[in-house]
Amino acid sequence: MDFQLSKEHEMARKLFQDFAQNEVKPLAQETDETETFPRATVEKMQKYGFMGIAVPKEYGGQGCDPLTYVMCVEELAKVCGTTAVIVSAHSSLCCDPILHYGTEEQKQKFLVPLAKGEKLGAFGLTEPGAGTDAQGQQTKAVLDGDEYVLNGSKCFITNGKEADIYIIFAVTDIVTDAKGRSKKIISAFIVEKGTPGFTFGTKEKKMGIRGSSTYELIFTDCRIPKENLLGKLGEGFKIAMHTLDGGRIGIAAQALGIAEGALDLTIAYTKERKQFGKSIAAQQNTSFQIANMATRIEAAKLLVYAAAKAKETQKVYTVEAAKAKLFAAETAMAVTTECVQLHGGYGYIREYDVERMMRDAKITEIYEGTSEVQRMVISGALLR
Amino acid sequence: MKIVVCVKQVPDTAGEVKFKPDGSLDRAAMETIMNHDDKAGLEAALRLKEQYGAEITVVTMGLPKAEDVLREAMAMGADKAILVTDRVLGGADTWATSTTLAGAIRNLEYDLIITGRQAIDGDTAQVGPQLSEHLGIPVISYAQKIEVEGDSVVVERQYEDRYHVVRAKMPCLITALAELNEPRYMTPGGIFDAYKKEITVWGRADLKDVDDSNIGLAGSPTKIAKASDKVRKGAGTKVDNLGAAEAADYIVNTLKEKFVI
Repeated sequence: MDFQLSKEHEMARKLFQDFAQNEVKPLAQETDETETFPRATVEKMQKYGFMGIAVPKEYGGQGCDPLTYVMCVEELAKVCGTTAVIVSAHSSLCCDPILHYGTEEQKQKFLVPLAKGEKLGAFGLTEPGAGTDAQGQQTKAVLDGDEYVLNGSKCFITNGKEADIYIIFAVTDIVTDAKGRSKKIISAFIVEKGTPGFTFGTKEKKMGIRGSSTYELIFTDCRIPKENLLGKLGEGFKIAMHTLDGGRIGIAAQALGIAEGALDLTIAYTKERKQFGKSIAAQQNTSFQIANMATRIEAAKLLVYAAAKAKETQKVYTVEAAKAKLFAAETAMAVTTECVQLHGGYGYIREYDVERMMRDAKITEIYEGTSEVQRMVISGALLR
Repeated sequence: MKIVVCVKQVPDTAGEVKFKPDGSLDRAAMETIMNHDDKAGLEAALRLKEQYGAEITVVTMGLPKAEDVLREAMAMGADKAILVTDRVLGGADTWATSTTLAGAIRNLEYDLIITGRQAIDGDTAQVGPQLSEHLGIPVISYAQKIEVEGDSVVVERQYEDRYHVVRAKMPCLITALAELNEPRYMTPGGIFDAYKKEITVWGRADLKDVDDSNIGLAGSPTKIAKASDKVRKGAGTKVDNLGAAEAADYIVNTLKEKFVI
């Protein structure tokens, strides 16, 4: 077992760190404050290949391993949760399923521009009545000639209005099982922005990651070519779950980065801040809290990196991804809360980055499977 | 076009500076980066490559760990890399360094050599011009803009309040300013590719037409008498209750007393 990062990975981390510090950090507060999608940053990330890190070179990507991708999301999240999730949703939730389930034509048409960053990707599974319970899906797709006709809506979609290519899940059939229960058969589709009948609903006003464009997607007799079916008909649930396994590693990396970023700022702050004639870092409560946070973050990092390694080497990595996301997300929430506490009143003021980080951390416990879902997945594998 | 870019691994000035007992920098003990001016020189070469097509070879003299800057250069887009490293080359001043680099570059074909203006650890700005003298080619220093016209380069050479436009026939040498451009980042895929490439390692024996008396610490005319970390300034003297004219007199007199003016 090797805990040493390769020289390549060390250098990649340096790259992501430099980029995050120079290009992303200066905009993080404004991105949050104005709830503006950081388009210029995305264009810079496109230039340097950050939008296709784990996509093979033959499809326009960088051909790197999942660990490199994870380190990118982590370093971005250290300074800006919004920027991190833009990359994560695009890469894990849109590039990945096309890479795994797409036909060669679909890969050439959709994956290549996505991996090059010329197009931005999104993923639409969640509906008002179908969050954790994917069987609650209402969006339907009906084959009519050479086209599927989509009707329904998706909500809380990351990269919502900014994306160009969407992976959309819809019910294509309802069957009755042996026990007489009806079961929805779900399929996955690639939908392009601009397709007639595909419109956007309201922009969500969020607690955190406020620069990410979170929208409702509305499909009204939206006709998409038959060849945009992703994978086999009826394979949608499997595609969604497999895609989310990868997505959870991305979100785990985001959570890890948020926690690390908050701790770094808090260490600096507590060394500077003086109370009772000495820095608050010299108070035992502060130093013990910092020790606890650093230890917890290190444990999260090992789980996240192990999940990335599992994605590289194993066909199924559901449990590894669930453990990484569960632990990293809860670490991010606990650490950022404590960091705000150690900042005292200043931590509650929006000028201080930890305030934003605490708000950004919360979503990591919710999206791409809540912490409760992760516990279901982990225990489900153990109690089979 | 064949371009040779000289780069130097220098201490990251954001970190702590450490010295060896002989007064030279303890490079092995410090965080390092690619020298800023050199990186701008590399970026200039990469842009010429994009514009006109070129093969870029990066050359560095240094410790074995200077390999890192060569990998970085290749991850940015350089094609080949040469590390000149040998115990006998250690402790070199600008003369010994330029002699050594010239000995290495004599083995290469080149139309253009680009170096940084100066390195942030020595600030001498001598190695580039010296290198051109050793090789017997023209030098244009302090380049703020570089263009290629036929078999010549047209360079804006920066002065304090103006610039000169200088044309030189290739082969020639240009020293680049950090202000020349904004160097690109590496790409993730470029990093992994860079580690798959070979780095050519040359030692003393590979240097062409170089005399032993001109290399390493022994071949360096410059001897460091003393080196120290940044001198911490004292608290200073605060003088209150003076009018503007009196205050000005006080400042001027104090500066005179200290032989500053």
